[in-house]
Amino acid sequence: MDDLARHRTARRARIGFAGLWRTIKVGFKSLWLHRLRSLLTVLGIVFGVCSVIAMLAVGEGASHEAQEQIRKLGSNNIIVHSVKPTDEQKVGSQQSYVIEYGITYLDVERIRQTIPDVTVVVPGRIIRERVWNATQHIDAEIAGTVPWYPELRNLVLLEGRYFTEVEMNSRKNVCVLSEPMARRLFPLTPPIGNNVRVGSDYYKVIGVISQEAVATAAMGNIAKQENGRSNSAATPRLYIPLTAAKSRFGEILVRRSSGSMEAETVELHELIVQVHNQNAVEETSKIVEELFSRNHKKKDYELIVPLELLRQAERTKQIFNTVLGAIAAISLIVGGIGIMNIMLASVTERTREIGIRRALGAKRRDIVIQFLIETVILSGCGGIIGVGLGVLIPYFITRFSEMATIVTFWSPIIAFSISATVGLVFGIYPALRAANMDPVEALRHE
Amino acid sequence: MTDVPYIAALEEVTKTYHMGTVTLNALQGITVNVEPGEYIAIMGPSGCGKSTLLNLLGCLDRPSSGRYLLGGDDVSMMDDDELSEIRGTRLGFIFQSYNLIQQLNVVENIEVPLYYQGLPAEESRIIATVFAERVGLGDRLYHKPFELSGGQQQRVGIARALVNDPLVILADEPTGNLDSHSGTEILALFDELHRAGKTMIMVTHDDDIGRRAQRVIRLRDGRVEEDIRNG
Ligand SMILES: Nc1ncnc2c1ncn2[C@@H]1O[C@H](COP(=O)(O)OP(=O)(O)O)[C@@H](O)[C@H]1O
Ligand SMILES: [Mg+2]
Repeated sequence: MDDLARHRTARRARIGFAGLWRTIKVGFKSLWLHRLRSLLTVLGIVFGVCSVIAMLAVGEGASHEAQEQIRKLGSNNIIVHSVKPTDEQKVGSQQSYVIEYGITYLDVERIRQTIPDVTVVVPGRIIRERVWNATQHIDAEIAGTVPWYPELRNLVLLEGRYFTEVEMNSRKNVCVLSEPMARRLFPLTPPIGNNVRVGSDYYKVIGVISQEAVATAAMGNIAKQENGRSNSAATPRLYIPLTAAKSRFGEILVRRSSGSMEAETVELHELIVQVHNQNAVEETSKIVEELFSRNHKKKDYELIVPLELLRQAERTKQIFNTVLGAIAAISLIVGGIGIMNIMLASVTERTREIGIRRALGAKRRDIVIQFLIETVILSGCGGIIGVGLGVLIPYFITRFSEMATIVTFWSPIIAFSISATVGLVFGIYPALRAANMDPVEALRHE
Repeated sequence: MTDVPYIAALEEVTKTYHMGTVTLNALQGITVNVEPGEYIAIMGPSGCGKSTLLNLLGCLDRPSSGRYLLGGDDVSMMDDDELSEIRGTRLGFIFQSYNLIQQLNVVENIEVPLYYQGLPAEESRIIATVFAERVGLGDRLYHKPFELSGGQQQRVGIARALVNDPLVILADEPTGNLDSHSGTEILALFDELHRAGKTMIMVTHDDDIGRRAQRVIRLRDGRVEEDIRNG
């Protein structure tokens, strides 16, 4: 018995870190004893955490993509489109009628004269036509533009060059293809140096350029962007000098369809106002809007301000995140209640064990720690599983549906710490109930 | 402790239970002194207050009035934490239904009191193994309680009660659930402990224990009816 006496001298040390580790092991053991029950208990937390991370990732991906596209439009730009007024369309469905609408050269002149801090005003004309290379063809938008257009729209030249001011002034029949169109019309040969046909006119290809993002008023809306990259949905474009477009296509565009004839006169389809100082964008857009509304009787134009869209996208994202946060909070609370429920049952079931431990010297604090550790293990493991699934799911979404997802580094951390906290909070009540049992009563419990 | 003649002393201890409007005087003024090394059997008819008395002696409960001195300290006024401390360091419990923790094996069960005293894992393992061997369970160290017979389970209970080297060992009908053969073996183990100088207080219906014990306290209706020392 001498060696025992020697060992006992170390006894009075308080239960420290090593003791805590042993309690954790015991906790794992008793949870492992009821593996199925533990697993079911923790499912609420698992799905809560997992859905939070996955949803955040999808939202983040969608809004990132939307913002990326808006940025491509140029945050210093104000874009004006010509839009066919809705009531004119009804008139046009009668017999033959010439519709006159849209941005005019006069509008351009007015902007130039009224607004001082505008660096460039780029008029553009867009005609929908079929473009041919021998037997290959594609329906495209023919854009009559100016030489500095790519720079304004953040377009990247992939091959060759854009047309020059000289070519512009001499109304040269040269063209630059957007990248999808080049692929379609020239699947085998390099496009540069070849000719493409539009109607009866031939244009020499001098360059290939990246596909531009479509500017629509719906851009600030994440939900509408979710269904895929709009790059793939955008119509391919053929860029020609504005002057060439004017002389080849004239002012009047005629389209025949099933007996009736429809003609429209549009001077300019698109116009971009680049504001030098980004802080003045909103103010300038108001002036442009004012100019248009004063001079156009009908609403035959549409104003798109990428900067505003960007702000709108950010607001939408904020709302999205708030809603997500609420859903997350609810699901985690539900998960926490599930854990509390099972822990209360577990405390009742183990009343006898609690009595035994108390008789053998366990203080109330020791019992509290034991049960708290079990709930924290439960919710912590649930959190870890949830984080794992929550990171995997976005990966598979991107893999199989082409939808962009971004798992920000903080979302798993937050989700996990919330789940662990939930365990702690919802574990307190069952643990206190266990600790406040009368030892004698607990020992008599059957 | 040498200057204190009694290891445990009850002075006019009462215990009253309140159940709604009814009050029940389970113990009505008990005075008992326990000397070191005594082997005491508490006997009496069912419901006379034996378990209540043992729970008071074991610091699982506090008396309604009176004083209880254990090892020189007044425990009747102690708070819950202090009582837990006393139970863990000075007392060893043996129960009628063994009360082993089902998910723990033999050594782990014996280690529990050491754990709450903060003894490091390796040391408690060594001590628990020694005690398991002492009660003859050296070859069952890693068995779970349900794999053991009643007699073996009670041996684990005894080893667990001894492992903290307590001042007093308390047992409530320790042979109540055992067949006579296992019961006799357990009683032999108690005799051995008594010879080794342990102080033991035992509640029992078993006249055999009554004969082996050095002193028999008979209770009736919450009072000491007789207090006899054998030889
Ligand atoms: N927690 C309690 N609440 C109310 N009455 C109790 C309680 N514990 C014991 N009693 C009563 O006290 C008396 C003594 O009980 P006990 O000490 O268990 O008797 P026994 O001698 O059979 O062990 C009995 O009448 C019992 O009903
Ligand atoms: Mg009893």
